Amino acid sequence: MTDRVPGFSTLAVHAGAQPDPTTGARATPIYQTTSFVFNDADHAASLFGLQAFGNIYTRIGNPTNAVLEERVAALEGGTAALAVASGHAAQLVVLQQLMRPGDEIIAARKLYGGSINQFTHAFKAFGWNVAWADPDDIASFERAVTPHTKAIFIESIANPSGSITDIEAIAAVARKAGVPLIVDNTLASPYLIKPIDHGADIVVHSLTKFLGGHGNSLGGIIVDAGTFDWAKDNKYPVLSEPRPEYHGIKLQETFGNFAFAIACRVLGLRDLGPALSPFNAFMILTGIETLPLRMQKHCDNAKAVAEFLSGHAKVSAVNYAGLPGDKYNNLQRKYAPKGAGAVFTFSLKGGYEAGVNLVSNLKLFSHLANVGDTRSLVIHPASTTHSQLDDDAKVKSGAAPDVVRLSIGIEDKEDLFADLDQALNA
Amino acid sequence: MNHDAYDDDYIRSILNGVKSIAMVGASPVNVRPSYFAFKYLAQRGYDMIPVNPGHVGKALMGKPFVASLADIDRPIDMIDIFRNSSHIMPVVEEALRLSPPPKVIWMQLGARDDAAAEKAEAAGLKVVMNRCPKIEYGRLSSEISWMGVNSRTLSSKRAPVPTQGMRLSLNRTSFGGGQTAASDRAAKNRTETT
Repeated sequence: MTDRVPGFSTLAVHAGAQPDPTTGARATPIYQTTSFVFNDADHAASLFGLQAFGNIYTRIGNPTNAVLEERVAALEGGTAALAVASGHAAQLVVLQQLMRPGDEIIAARKLYGGSINQFTHAFKAFGWNVAWADPDDIASFERAVTPHTKAIFIESIANPSGSITDIEAIAAVARKAGVPLIVDNTLASPYLIKPIDHGADIVVHSLTKFLGGHGNSLGGIIVDAGTFDWAKDNKYPVLSEPRPEYHGIKLQETFGNFAFAIACRVLGLRDLGPALSPFNAFMILTGIETLPLRMQKHCDNAKAVAEFLSGHAKVSAVNYAGLPGDKYNNLQRKYAPKGAGAVFTFSLKGGYEAGVNLVSNLKLFSHLANVGDTRSLVIHPASTTHSQLDDDAKVKSGAAPDVVRLSIGIEDKEDLFADLDQALNA
Repeated sequence: MNHDAYDDDYIRSILNGVKSIAMVGASPVNVRPSYFAFKYLAQRGYDMIPVNPGHVGKALMGKPFVASLADIDRPIDMIDIFRNSSHIMPVVEEALRLSPPPKVIWMQLGARDDAAAEKAEAAGLKVVMNRCPKIEYGRLSSEISWMGVNSRTLSSKRAPVPTQGMRLSLNRTSFGGGQTAASDRAAKNRTETT
């Protein structure tokens, strides 16, 4: 039997799922249960001791969630994954395995505003310090490395600006520094960019966005690339040293190239608790089955809308990496040749006031704080997602006062042009 | 033989083919990886023999420890070496003196000795290094997927409900080129670039 490599669309439908062992159900069942009975006392002890494969309690693992986990791991090309309650929970669980008070993370300055808040305020309270670097200036990452650096964090396609990050260049900095590169791949989805192929060691997602794709379920996921040697230099004792809560087993020694995903599950998720509801896992799994179809339509529509806006009299600039001549067009051709994603910003000649008016006058675009929905969405970051930042930080993160962010849906593009045109001229 | 990455077919043919496995370095301590790998493989129907001179007189899952490979009273298909890389060669040399010799030398996760591998292969044995047979069995049967691990296999057949002593089918369709994990490729790239 020769191994044939299934394509992305086949994996999006099949990976991780198999007809149910007891009923033969073909769709993945929603295992809406908190707990799972043990065969006997020895089985229970083996499961608790991480010696056997199996289910204990939905806070630690659930069969519906496991299908989602394997599917995203397969799509990203990782060794394992762990689904959690949200993208923010994914970031928290990842860093809890890597960071101790006084440690540092280098993060790209261009991040989702919620992540900037999480890193700046919540994580600081844990004693985890963040050093900001500019993804357009790779040397700024090198300069930020200190003996306390434990990880580098970037977005593959940055929110809200839609700019494309040079993942390979930053992966080289991480390798040299001996720390893992964490890539938030939410806006690209593995359909457009597979960060592991470019040197990422850990990939995180808000599943809420394009993977789920329908704006109906929160979720997050952590994908272990299996690429990082946690025992080297003894910098990551959670993975290399005996774990007292599991009879002294060493996670990397026991689980090899998926030890990080196991650490996130049996230490992070177990102890911090942000478990994903199996119902949400089911909704997101259903969404993923059409990811390739949706993502291509999102990108095609986004490019058409970006072109439309570029020629509009009320618009001063459009930042879409898919446009020839855009600052990020070369990086887009390299990293995301199928499309530049569906989230981008544009600037209005009328400034802040015009941004607020546009948002109020749109009839088809929904004004809300999400991206990656089938529906087209609009927000004015300066007054919402990025409002906590000062003006300088707003500009640096791509959320200047005259900037409007769009997340283009899968509607008919002519209807999107018409709605934008009427609102810009209102 | 490329020992940085194995085709699933290679691993599958070994795990489908062998019946008896001597585990060198098996531990009776129930929190050691060798203990639970031994237990898992025994539960999946392999004839397991624990080898550890420090524990002769004791038994593991009802199987008495033997001091060395030479003390085993029947032919062995595979030797699973749960020792550090520096202790591999003497075990392989001892294995090659057995009559009949084993068909497979398997070195556990973290263990690798290319010279020992070459010697075993020259004698016609198959060699696997830096892998765990429990993980590979769990992966190819998809039993491991319950932990969110990417089994890199697909199947549209109803999954079995694993029970004690049950052999699971390892013959699912592999993907990802059937190569082993990204870690090996990455580790290699890393060595080359740094």
